[in-house]
Amino acid sequence: MAGTETARERPMTLIDALERKRQAPPAGAPQDVVTEAGVQPRSVAINIMGKRYLVPEGLTILKAMEYAGYSFVRGCGCRGGFCGACATVYRIPGDYRLKVGLACQTVVEDGMYLAQIPFYPANKAVYDISQMKPTLGSLLTHYPEMARCLGCNTCTKVCPQDLKVMEFMAAAMRGDIARAAEMSFDCLMCGLCASRCPAETVQYNIAILCRRLYGRHIAPAAKHLADRLAELETGSFDEELDKLTKLGRDEIKKLYDARDIEKEAD
Amino acid sequence: MQEAAQVVERTRARRLKEVHPRLEPDEKQELLRKFHPDYRPDAQREIKVGPNAGHRMPVELVDVLESPARIDPQTFDVSHADREVDVLVIGGGGGGSAAALVAHAAGAKVLQVTKLRLGDANTMMAQGGIQAADKPKDSPMLHYLDVVGGGGYVNKPDLVRALVSDAPRVIRWLEELGAMFNKAPDGTMETIHGGGTCRMRMHFARDYTGAEIMRTLRDEVRNQGIEYIEFSPAVELLLDEGGACGGAVLYNMETGQFMVVKAKATILATGGFGRLHVSGFETTNHYGATADGLVMAYRAGVNLVFLDATQFHPTGVAFPEQIVGQLVTEKVRGLGAQLTNVKGDQFVYPLETRDAVSSAIIRECQERGLGFTTITGRQGVWLDSPMIDVIGGKGTVEKQLPAMFRQYARFDINMAEEPILIFPTLHYQNGGIEINDSGETGIPGLFAAGEVSGGVHGRNRLMGNSLLDILVFGRRAGAAAAERAAKTPVPGALSLKHAERYNQELGAAGLKSDRSSPILLPDYTRKAGQE
Repeated sequence: MAGTETARERPMTLIDALERKRQAPPAGAPQDVVTEAGVQPRSVAINIMGKRYLVPEGLTILKAMEYAGYSFVRGCGCRGGFCGACATVYRIPGDYRLKVGLACQTVVEDGMYLAQIPFYPANKAVYDISQMKPTLGSLLTHYPEMARCLGCNTCTKVCPQDLKVMEFMAAAMRGDIARAAEMSFDCLMCGLCASRCPAETVQYNIAILCRRLYGRHIAPAAKHLADRLAELETGSFDEELDKLTKLGRDEIKKLYDARDIEKEAD
Repeated sequence: MQEAAQVVERTRARRLKEVHPRLEPDEKQELLRKFHPDYRPDAQREIKVGPNAGHRMPVELVDVLESPARIDPQTFDVSHADREVDVLVIGGGGGGSAAALVAHAAGAKVLQVTKLRLGDANTMMAQGGIQAADKPKDSPMLHYLDVVGGGGYVNKPDLVRALVSDAPRVIRWLEELGAMFNKAPDGTMETIHGGGTCRMRMHFARDYTGAEIMRTLRDEVRNQGIEYIEFSPAVELLLDEGGACGGAVLYNMETGQFMVVKAKATILATGGFGRLHVSGFETTNHYGATADGLVMAYRAGVNLVFLDATQFHPTGVAFPEQIVGQLVTEKVRGLGAQLTNVKGDQFVYPLETRDAVSSAIIRECQERGLGFTTITGRQGVWLDSPMIDVIGGKGTVEKQLPAMFRQYARFDINMAEEPILIFPTLHYQNGGIEINDSGETGIPGLFAAGEVSGGVHGRNRLMGNSLLDILVFGRRAGAAAAERAAKTPVPGALSLKHAERYNQELGAAGLKSDRSSPILLPDYTRKAGQE
């Protein structure tokens, strides 16, 4: 599988080529040349919110910005691709298209223009999940704007997780909560989809509502769990646990070493 | 590198039939003593001041503990409280959010504060799973034995008991909140082994288990209308004249302003110390894991336990360089991937406890010279991830480990087809603030929950017990704090005298530091090599 960049790009059409030519920066604009390239052969030039810095090649955007002297308060969270705090919009010279990525997971490219979106004022409905039904009606009650989707697919194009955002939103609009939950599961709630949505829908908040409705009302509750809770409530294990807590090191070690290990089921 | 990886491929068919022998207890002790980073002579030193004076801890931690307060306790005015609440929860991860939800449900007026955004925490990054003995073949007693045996038989029994008996309750709570666990069509939880478990009790949500739990709790905190303030960490606790905790001083990192919060009960859920880069290791931890809670509590006079035992996760990324140190979940081994050296031979049973596997990898690279060295000079051993698809069928990696698969695919590596190079990485603070089974510390009104606390995991935590820990003790601390708030009057005059005394102790011990603590964030500016 190719990196997210190429994976997201569609083949260039004639119109794309013309558009690109039309949008190409005039000669002499700062994005055109990297003069210091000869002096520091392993450097690339990046433009952080319009300011140009030379950084070593191969760094992620996050580390490149820190190398350039930025110390983050916002726009940096887990540094491991899970929290969505460092959603970044960027553009490469010679291409009019905006690209996106997580700053902690995307490597800098020469000439890159970048800006982070550390906060997005998203609409979040308030609900009592236990009292809701897993239906389209529940979704529309809380997020009526979801019906305004124009089908432009921009949300899918900007998802740094490569989720099919428009498709799971379509599933939600058919009332197929299970499918919307399943398809949106890997969502980091970074906010990029909502930031570009012309219908002003907050896809990621609708998606988590779908997942919670699924987890609470569609997936069957685990029977073995309910059984174990009943045993716990009647104090079935109290005596044996009491005994364990009072054992000395040698006695407990003997029990530990004598455990049988459950075999993986075939 | 491709040639080296081919060795792993060539030996795969043979290894599929092999089970590497487990370590005998004595063998394991010897391995730890010789190769675990905790035992390096320069890794730790005795702290000179405070309740644990004379105890050994990682030097990076001692450095921040032996630094003076960020605010000058002699001149900083705490006589006027900007806010008064019942329960102040410090920390925006899973432990803090669980505490806030439970305290709120019990009727307390809660304020939750956090250094980054709500949910920017190690909880969000936990991948592998959460343990609970909720299947017929399993029992809380077996879970108890696993926890204590994995922890080196020094865990606090009352805490372990709370952990294992609340575990099924926590899973049920999450199920009711709508968290999406992997389940069979009839609702039976899918469960697998983790390192050191005798029963398959690892519940999971793909390999986004922590993320699924965190985003569900965060959504619920918002639904409940619990007030939370982001980018405003606590920098000092406040004590009243009787020595009870009465709130904290917050620091708005965006405006530079301070805020005094008066609270009848305060819960520390600030997480661990990964971003102190103990022993110079890369870390899996989030950006804000800088031991703030330990620093504040220690200055106030709280006892710390087991901080001489640090957890290095055996499988951190060693290649590609851009994501070095990031976590490769233990679930990869749980699903059948073996560890091999450059010769394609196994050298350790893949699901030994984390301390043992880490030590075995370090031995393989440093003593036996059988690691692979990357072009940037990093060493590692192979984790044969393609075995997962061989065992579980094509597509298993992508389905069961989407986060891992995506992490590597971003750098053009297909882990379902190529083995990946790994090396131990700093993962978890095994010890921390001493608590009882209600999350109470030695200071009345001060509670702690999750990684900031210590004792439940002894000297080594098992996979799947940290997500469990934060929820069990977050909930317990939340309930106990709300109970205290209901029967305690608003604290009287608050002061920073404890911090003043601590600064004097530092002076008397001849300790001069040019920095103050908590440090709040690591400084990576102009340090391109750091993860």
